[in-house]
Amino acid sequence: MAYSDKVIDHYENPRNVGSLDKADPHVGTGMVGAPACGDVMKLQIRVNDAGVIEDARFKTYGCGSAIASSSLLTEWVKGKTLEEAGAIKNTQIAEELALPPVKIHCSVLAEDAIKAAIEDFRKKTVQAPPADHEEPRRLSA
Amino acid sequence: MSSRRPIYLDYAATTPVDERVAEAMFRFMTFGGAFGNPASRSHSFGWEAEKAVEEAREQVAALVGADPREIVWTSGATEADNLAIKGAAHFYQKKGRHIVTVKTEHKAVLDTCRQLEREGFEVTYLDPEPSGLLDLNKLEAALRNDTVLVSVMQVNNEIGVIQDIEAIGNLTRSRGILFHVDAAQSTGKVHLDLSKLPVDLMSFSAHKTYGPKGVGALYVSRKPRVRLEAQMHGGGHERGMRSGTLAPHQIIGMGEAFRIAREEMGAENERLRMLRDRLWEGLSTMDEVYLNGDLERRVAGNLNASFNFVEGESLIMALKDIAVSSGSACTSASLEPSYVLRALGRDDELAHSSIRFSVGRYTTVEEIDHTIALVTSAVEKLRELSPLWEMHQEGVDLKSVEWVAH
Repeated sequence: MAYSDKVIDHYENPRNVGSLDKADPHVGTGMVGAPACGDVMKLQIRVNDAGVIEDARFKTYGCGSAIASSSLLTEWVKGKTLEEAGAIKNTQIAEELALPPVKIHCSVLAEDAIKAAIEDFRKKTVQAPPADHEEPRRLSA
Repeated sequence: MSSRRPIYLDYAATTPVDERVAEAMFRFMTFGGAFGNPASRSHSFGWEAEKAVEEAREQVAALVGADPREIVWTSGATEADNLAIKGAAHFYQKKGRHIVTVKTEHKAVLDTCRQLEREGFEVTYLDPEPSGLLDLNKLEAALRNDTVLVSVMQVNNEIGVIQDIEAIGNLTRSRGILFHVDAAQSTGKVHLDLSKLPVDLMSFSAHKTYGPKGVGALYVSRKPRVRLEAQMHGGGHERGMRSGTLAPHQIIGMGEAFRIAREEMGAENERLRMLRDRLWEGLSTMDEVYLNGDLERRVAGNLNASFNFVEGESLIMALKDIAVSSGSACTSASLEPSYVLRALGRDDELAHSSIRFSVGRYTTVEEIDHTIALVTSAVEKLRELSPLWEMHQEGVDLKSVEWVAH
């Protein structure tokens, strides 16, 4: 299938690949998707005391569009407040990358990933979570 | 680099037409050539075309050990599969309406069986063993008194494994059941002698064996005699089994391609096996690389491997200088990985991570070595990007993770 130039660019030169320390209280981690479905995205954000995302990192198992969606997202969320980042819609990602209809789910997954990362960060900071919620590898969509 | 054509390693999808074949075909198209309709009985243009068509029929028959009168021209293996399965099912339906096939068959067989189910036939779809091969005991257990047809491919198009069609045929023949074999991937790769094999119907394609696309054939056994209900009606060509003006240039191309295959397959398969083994040797030095399908009972040119923790479509994207195909069907809306690999019991992850390499007549050692280098660096790059690889490195058992499927 033919990919857009932007997808190819992000795929060939992915931005912000890597991992942040998930135990760091300033770091929120979102992992969404499933290997059986052919894509898993891990998105991490480091949030400063003012509630602004200072840094973002990703790792993605998936097709080129999934990799590009998560790479683009890390660029977009940097410097944004949690509210602003949480308001990013999959349609914006799909439009920016010119994703074809069969690849829209990649952008949905990216939106899910940032929401999950924000939720994880908030859980860590707002209150100590109850013990039975302490499942670091539990993933949320 | 990008101006060069990619390395072609998708010979199981199609092969280029051999130059000798193209040359032969060209003599049957233009005014200066033998352009006549082989069905024209009243002038030499027709006789000339008919003679060439019959010689091509002999070449096709000779490669597979059949009588030329047992060869029916079709538009390809898909049409041959349709004619064999629907034709036999319709003709023999008074005897019974049960058909047995395998889940790893080509869609041309599976979809034809689905159509027969809609018409009221019953179809049993058998699971192969994890090697891709069929357990004969399971086949025997699936046969019923009203079973009229068993359809099993000889060489699987994705994983290249070779079924024991002789044993299957002995079983079906002892039960008075017809046996159809899709042999689209067999010609030129596996020795076939239909004068001895207990096979009633066999489908062939030209374009998998360096012939042109758009032509194939169906072998219809004369001893024992097999009857078919025609699926294409018209001028009664091909003994009434397949009407439609024959395409001499296509047919001559198939004949010439099969003649070359007969003469050269011994040496060619030896060379392909060397190339395939070299490729596997180079790729399997990486961690977490798995071969799909039996390595021994397999055609020489096929290698199907899964690169764990790397998704197939992204790998193909990284391998833009190599033309291969992926078992991951992420491009379809269904997100279903290869049904063939799933039928072998492969995990979805490994099915999503699979690549089929098929080498052929024009593949060189240099191309194989270049492919090994490209695949290795692409897999390394994508694993650096893969959260699954990271978890694997940290010792996390991915099966213990509660994934949220979407």
